[in-house]
Amino acid sequence: MKTGKVGLALRYGVASALALLFLLPLYVIVRNAFSTNANITAARWNWLPDQANLTNLHSLLANDSIGIVRAMGNSAVMSLLQTAGTVTVSLLAGYALARYTHRVARVLLGLTVFTLMVPAATTFLPMFIITAQLGWIDTFRGLVIPGMFSAFATYLFRQFFLDFPVELEDASLIDGCNPWTSFWRIVVPNSTGIIAAVGTIVLIGSWNAFLWPTLIGRDATRTVQVALSQFMTSQGVRYPELFMGTLVAVLPMLFVFLFLQRYLVQGLTTSGLR
Amino acid sequence: MTSATAPTQPRRGLWHRVRGRQGRNLWFALFVAPFFIGLLVFVYVPIAWSAYLSFFEARNTVTPTKFVGFDNYLYLLGDDLFRNSLLVFVAFAVFIVPLTYACSLGLALLLDKLRWGRAFFRSVFFIPTAVSYVIAAIIWRFSFFNGARFGLLNSWLRSWGFDPVNWLGGGNNLYWIALVSVRLWLQVGFYMILFIAGLNKIPVETYEAAALDGASGWKLLRWITLPQLRATSVAVVMLLLINAFQAFDEFYNMLGSIGSYPPYGRPPLVHLYLIALGGGKQDLGVGGAGTVILTAIIVAFGVLQNRVLNRGERADR
Repeated sequence: MKTGKVGLALRYGVASALALLFLLPLYVIVRNAFSTNANITAARWNWLPDQANLTNLHSLLANDSIGIVRAMGNSAVMSLLQTAGTVTVSLLAGYALARYTHRVARVLLGLTVFTLMVPAATTFLPMFIITAQLGWIDTFRGLVIPGMFSAFATYLFRQFFLDFPVELEDASLIDGCNPWTSFWRIVVPNSTGIIAAVGTIVLIGSWNAFLWPTLIGRDATRTVQVALSQFMTSQGVRYPELFMGTLVAVLPMLFVFLFLQRYLVQGLTTSGLR
Repeated sequence: MTSATAPTQPRRGLWHRVRGRQGRNLWFALFVAPFFIGLLVFVYVPIAWSAYLSFFEARNTVTPTKFVGFDNYLYLLGDDLFRNSLLVFVAFAVFIVPLTYACSLGLALLLDKLRWGRAFFRSVFFIPTAVSYVIAAIIWRFSFFNGARFGLLNSWLRSWGFDPVNWLGGGNNLYWIALVSVRLWLQVGFYMILFIAGLNKIPVETYEAAALDGASGWKLLRWITLPQLRATSVAVVMLLLINAFQAFDEFYNMLGSIGSYPPYGRPPLVHLYLIALGGGKQDLGVGGAGTVILTAIIVAFGVLQNRVLNRGERADR
């Protein structure tokens, strides 16, 4: 398509301005994390940090009312377990729903898609009560298992496997595989891209989850999002520590995101929502 | 493998029909069982339970005590706070869904027209997806929209000679600027990726044919791009709608504990949560009725959206 030079320059101008705007909040985290309280609350906005060392990190680590190390550990355990669980369960179901087309499979697919439309608000109350009845309050089981059954993940896997060449599996069945060994030895090794994509979505969602961990997590399993939220609304909130905690909490996901973004984009592009 | 399919076998028993050829049905059951058992226990049972409880009184208990018919619904619909938070949330959805839709489509189209650096800009717009509502709320509340004079916006206002504004707790409606902008920042990138995926699926030939017919600019967008993106649009609008009604984290973290929630800025979710678990009547029946009302509204919007988009499709043909 033809685009004038002026038009192109204009587009790059707009894109660059928007890019700065999108990066601004992340920059503000860094600025505040390496600033003194005086710099953050100065009447005139300072763009640069004034304490480019680890002082804030030390006082964050020493702050028991955040308990950042414990909280980060809890978040890591919860989100890794949830990712492993969701991916396993959804991969199996998504694969079967793509390969089998009898009536039962169609009904189950319909049931899965329907839950995409039901808001979490409908389920979270009884879900909380069920979890409480099971005695899972303040346990990792309670944090992980109720949220493990993602229709979204199952649907993404199913869409991917619709395009996966069935000939590969047929060949392996002739060579003496049963459906399970064929799945495990042929299908899974050839699906690492979509597994990485769905895994990234689940991992980020789980790490960032707030409502459910607020209800379930107490002292033993408080996640980093809940810890930050509680510190932020507490009386003695100290900005440098809060923002250093924010930086610490956001960095792992930024790294995960930058490393796995390629798979995420591919996964959403090739299978994804149509 | 047994030879259940041997052609000479005259009759197949029930068991053989259930397990299927070469045990196919058994394998199917094995693959889907973990997911669907979980879905049943942690999604379908709660949905049914919510709906069932909504017709009963259930104070401080999960077992219904007294059948009250539609009383819970009438109570909620007569409750000013609930009615207003529902109204505000319908307005919020009606506003935020098209806005997010337009912004993410705009970004996707902008990136589509760039010659180089696409991957860079895509990453930049996509990266807020990795940030949580809690963290975004911290930045928005303490640095951008801080009511004290050192907030970024207030220090700009001051340098232009205006008075600082109490953005979040001022008893005005300015907190919506913060709520809308934080949601846009967090969500736009993800839907932009879905639109980019949709754009990539449009065959180049379609554009070339239209260009040969003399179409360009807005005409291409109106008659080629947008119709071809219909499937993506339906998915995006549905996801946005569900997300809008589930908004909770940023409301709770940005407005919570600044005095209290602004009178009508309290999401229905917070309200229901408070009714059912926290203060007031502690009646899970009322909570159930509230979630049924919420679901009904979302389904109504979904149906409406499908109607509108389908009518558009017929008109285009």
